[in-house]
Amino acid sequence: MVDAHDHICWGGGHHHHGGHDLSVHQLSARYGEVEALSGISFTATCGHTLALIGPNGAGKSTLLNLLAGLLRPSGGTMMWNNAPLHDTRYEIAYMPQRTEVNWQFPISVRELVEMGRYPATGLWRKLSRHDHEIVDKALEALNLTDLQKRQIGALSGGQQQRAFLARALAQEAHILLLDEPFTGLDVPGTESLATLLRSLAAEGRLIIASHHDLSTATRIFDYTLLLNRRPIAYGATAEVLSEANLFTAFGKRNITTTA
Amino acid sequence: MNAFIQFLGEPIAQRSLWACAVIGFTNGFVSALVVLRRSSLQIGTISCALLPGIALAILLFGFMQLSILIGAVIAGLAVGLGSLFISRTGKADHDTALSILHTTAFAMGYIILIQLGLQQKVDDWLFGNIMSMSNTDLWIAWGIGSLAVLSITILHRPLIIFLFDPRVAAAMGIRTRAFSYGIFALIILVLVSSLQAVGAFLTLGLLVAPAASMYLLTDRAPLLFWVADSSAVWAPSPRFSCPTRWAGTWGLPSL
Repeated sequence: MVDAHDHICWGGGHHHHGGHDLSVHQLSARYGEVEALSGISFTATCGHTLALIGPNGAGKSTLLNLLAGLLRPSGGTMMWNNAPLHDTRYEIAYMPQRTEVNWQFPISVRELVEMGRYPATGLWRKLSRHDHEIVDKALEALNLTDLQKRQIGALSGGQQQRAFLARALAQEAHILLLDEPFTGLDVPGTESLATLLRSLAAEGRLIIASHHDLSTATRIFDYTLLLNRRPIAYGATAEVLSEANLFTAFGKRNITTTA
Repeated sequence: MNAFIQFLGEPIAQRSLWACAVIGFTNGFVSALVVLRRSSLQIGTISCALLPGIALAILLFGFMQLSILIGAVIAGLAVGLGSLFISRTGKADHDTALSILHTTAFAMGYIILIQLGLQQKVDDWLFGNIMSMSNTDLWIAWGIGSLAVLSITILHRPLIIFLFDPRVAAAMGIRTRAFSYGIFALIILVLVSSLQAVGAFLTLGLLVAPAASMYLLTDRAPLLFWVADSSAVWAPSPRFSCPTRWAGTWGLPSL
């Protein structure tokens, strides 16, 4: 597990006194009459990777949407460093599922990464040399420098994920919200993305991802929130993914957890 | 050929050329929005929805250029924004709401025009007549064109993020709802301004074809807006040779 105490902290000009916690308290969401989530509470510190695991329709995406500010909660609070999370939107980077992206869109990898500078520059200001340096660094960190002029559709699956992560880096976001980032990646792709996420976390970010593959979860994520419309267990991944907890969440036995 | 050059000296021909340029430019610029938004078909239905506005305006105020224009804008906005509203609040998706609203609107418009004994107005509405543009029409087209170019240029960074991924845009704090309503309103304004010149169907082609064809040639979204233009400016010019009673005598034999 990665040590949370020794890290460089990112975050655009944000001052944090005494740690940087995301604390979610009694969060709930509903779609019309249907209660999608209720009673979600957890606290996560930056420098960690957190998996959201549960069966289909458990509310993983809903929870990510709530954290990203795409959906208004019907109750509960989300606090980041003791202030409402969405007061500091630039601190959050949201990465959609690969299937939701319009890969035909005519932008290059570099332009995609430059989008990450938007919250910092706002409507009017052009990208400064400082912004360009940040973009360069993000591209380099994710090994995309040679590919920066490519149209985004002309990348492999793993490269596409890296391009979106580079945008999150360029945004200097503290919290990365990823919707099923490992879907559709082959084994080497999964390995390298896992390494990448862990190193991004080690640099002081908080990574929260919905995840469906129980066999890889323990290797990738420090913490896991197991949920099925309500929280079932929260803690270190290996402990959370116990036979009993999985049975409660998925309602069936014999789910492989080869760690 | 001489006859054609002589024809170009006429004020009416020059005005039509200006109309060509302004309308072509505006449509080309905005077509990038339509194509990147992947809403070509929706825009097609909106052009049909303008009919009841035109018909109602004629019914209430007679043949007044400005009232017809305002009527068309109101009808377009009502159907366009109405369908957006229905899809946001109800179970029906945007396409469903739009299909129902636009057929209803078209039928209403048609009935009113028939009742008024103005069937031939439907022809005008379908195919337009660039030679009948008045100075006021030109100014309105110019104003709408400037509005489109200015707003798209000023907002182009958040706009591209929004067009690429509305959800990520929302997560970044971009007001996506305002953007989607704004884009819709802008497209309807452009539709209306070119309706008189090129008619409901060609205007649809003008709003989709330029950026769609440029899409094949460029991988850069900001470029798309400008390159699409250069092709669209020339697009309405064949209208000169179309069999409008007046231009036909000049245009067709000489070309």
